[in-house]
Amino acid sequence: MELKSYDKYRMSFAPPTTSVKLVLLGEAAVGKSSLVLRFVSNDFQENKEPTIGAAFLTQKCTIGERTIKYEIWDTAGQERFASLAPMYYRNAQAALVVYDITKPASFIKARHWVKELHEQASKDITIALVGNKHDLVEDDNDGDDSSLRKVSIEEGQKLADEEGLLFFETSAKTAYNVNEVFVGIGSKIPEAPLLKPQQPQATDGRIDLSTGTAPAADGCAC
Amino acid sequence: MDENYDVIVLGTGLTECVLSGLLSVDGKKVLHIDRQDFYGGELASLNLGQLYNKFRPSGQKPELRGRDRDWCVDLIPKFLMANGELTNILVHTNVTRYIEFKQIGGSYVYRNGRIAKVPSNQAEAISSSLMGIFEKRRMKQFLDYLTKWDDDDASTHGALDLDKNTMNEVYNYFRLENGTRDFIGHAMALWSNDDYLNEVARPTYERIILYGQSVAKYGKSPYIYPLYGLGELPQGFARLSAIYGGTYMLDTPIDEVIYDDDNKKFAGVKTKEGTAKAPIVIADPTYFPEKVKKTGQKVIRAMCILEHPVPNTHDLDSVQIVIPQNQVGRKNDIYIAVLSDVHCVVPKGYYLAIVSTIIETETPHVELEPAFKLLGPRLDTLMGIAEIYEPQDDGTASGIYISKSYDATSHFESATDDIKDLYFRVTGKPLVLEKLTEGLNGLDE
Repeated sequence: MELKSYDKYRMSFAPPTTSVKLVLLGEAAVGKSSLVLRFVSNDFQENKEPTIGAAFLTQKCTIGERTIKYEIWDTAGQERFASLAPMYYRNAQAALVVYDITKPASFIKARHWVKELHEQASKDITIALVGNKHDLVEDDNDGDDSSLRKVSIEEGQKLADEEGLLFFETSAKTAYNVNEVFVGIGSKIPEAPLLKPQQPQATDGRIDLSTGTAPAADGCAC
Repeated sequence: MDENYDVIVLGTGLTECVLSGLLSVDGKKVLHIDRQDFYGGELASLNLGQLYNKFRPSGQKPELRGRDRDWCVDLIPKFLMANGELTNILVHTNVTRYIEFKQIGGSYVYRNGRIAKVPSNQAEAISSSLMGIFEKRRMKQFLDYLTKWDDDDASTHGALDLDKNTMNEVYNYFRLENGTRDFIGHAMALWSNDDYLNEVARPTYERIILYGQSVAKYGKSPYIYPLYGLGELPQGFARLSAIYGGTYMLDTPIDEVIYDDDNKKFAGVKTKEGTAKAPIVIADPTYFPEKVKKTGQKVIRAMCILEHPVPNTHDLDSVQIVIPQNQVGRKNDIYIAVLSDVHCVVPKGYYLAIVSTIIETETPHVELEPAFKLLGPRLDTLMGIAEIYEPQDDGTASGIYISKSYDATSHFESATDDIKDLYFRVTGKPLVLEKLTEGLNGLDE
């Protein structure tokens, strides 16, 4: 009995878990899905096929007192011919813009995605710029011409500073800095929108089609 | 990107996107192309800029609050029946994960010069101004009869046979008044004209049952509607298709359709990205104008921007109003779909009323007057006329399967029939929704 009432007590004081929609952007094959796979299941697949199969993945992340449940949306390849739907950006509270530090073209594309996010997404979205495939340059010496690195840390940091983004270099393969990205985003997401819903005018009266239930009557005048 | 596919889909309307999603889940390799740079085709929800570009490219635009993308204006006024087939498809494909739905606040019908709420429960039926006290009793007997009807139990059939008697005969049997027939046939069975009266009663029976089940599901009305507009529906199914490997190319006009040697069978398309080959194409009517025919019906639709809820609707945030044809001396009903910021389609303070009917005269805009009178002052009205097309043949000979234009009905049941029919013609097997859920492997979470 005591245990039960303690649980109740604890539950009532536990900070609520809040869902954050996070979208992935970046050129094909920069490792967007691999980063998520590493974060969600601490796994890495060499020669992973292009994204297929998951509606979105979820993963909880505890940051200090808060627990954030990331709902991670993959592009499902729709970025390939610039065919991402407005639905993708809708109500996204966080975004990862990923590039490959060995591919300059993917960094140029990253600038494009940042611009796109400023146009399409909500104003207070938290964006992290992520230079992936750090494992390929791990053993490099500075100034080595044979280095695979084609985008310097400074370039990445500069873009992030200009646009007000978080910045990380990561390796989905070795797990380097991957958790840090999600923790970093979580700590930057403002507390307030977590407590009250994203779209205040749209919260009441939503229905869950899969269970066929409507919320309690909301004082309708009819 | 010269590649081979199992199916090429042209146009990203709802029909095309649902089929694209279903076929991708089935394991088919799908290439989906739209010449426009947005999803939805005729079923797109346009932002303010797109809306005025389409309807008034060089004309005046009133001062309206909000950003462009705070407006999501449907081109086609339709709602989903809460218990209808499209809802079933959404649930069985898990596309509900991408789209949030809300109820439509109420359903109204025009009778004797004013509008009244279609009762959604017993209490409302008793207090309804639609019928007198004796008529209410007859109506109750009629509805009791239909709900108790059991195909396998002859004792529930009484003196009638739903497969032999016409709907008129059924009405006569229950001695229902003409005005009540109007409201049952047009606001519950949602027929848009009176042709059904002289046909057997079963389809009307099925529609009334669907209406009742849909109302029973969430309460206020039989309808549900996606937040941010109907355009979310094609986007959601396109995402389903992409997740199962479908390739998407927007803003890609078709430069040439390729046929095989004898010039009869579809073989592929040429676009700026190269040649894509497939033995089958599914397309909306605009991609094969030479292979469709006019149904003879034209629909006029008016998008009206209001700054107030529609009068006499209890200030509801969203309603459907049906004006049965007989009530205003017409052959086809007028439908009004009203939405507000609650469904995230306009900024707060605005209401959107979309009026539509099948054109009967040379002055179609005048035909909408009975509806405009109900709406009160309008900030602006944008009108368009659409021809309704259907394919000339079933597509099996050419491999070119063409969808029908969206008709004038107020819901998606006929569009879903077209989806299921196309699915059957393309795959040779009927669409079984339960199987579909099995096909969605455990990749989600």
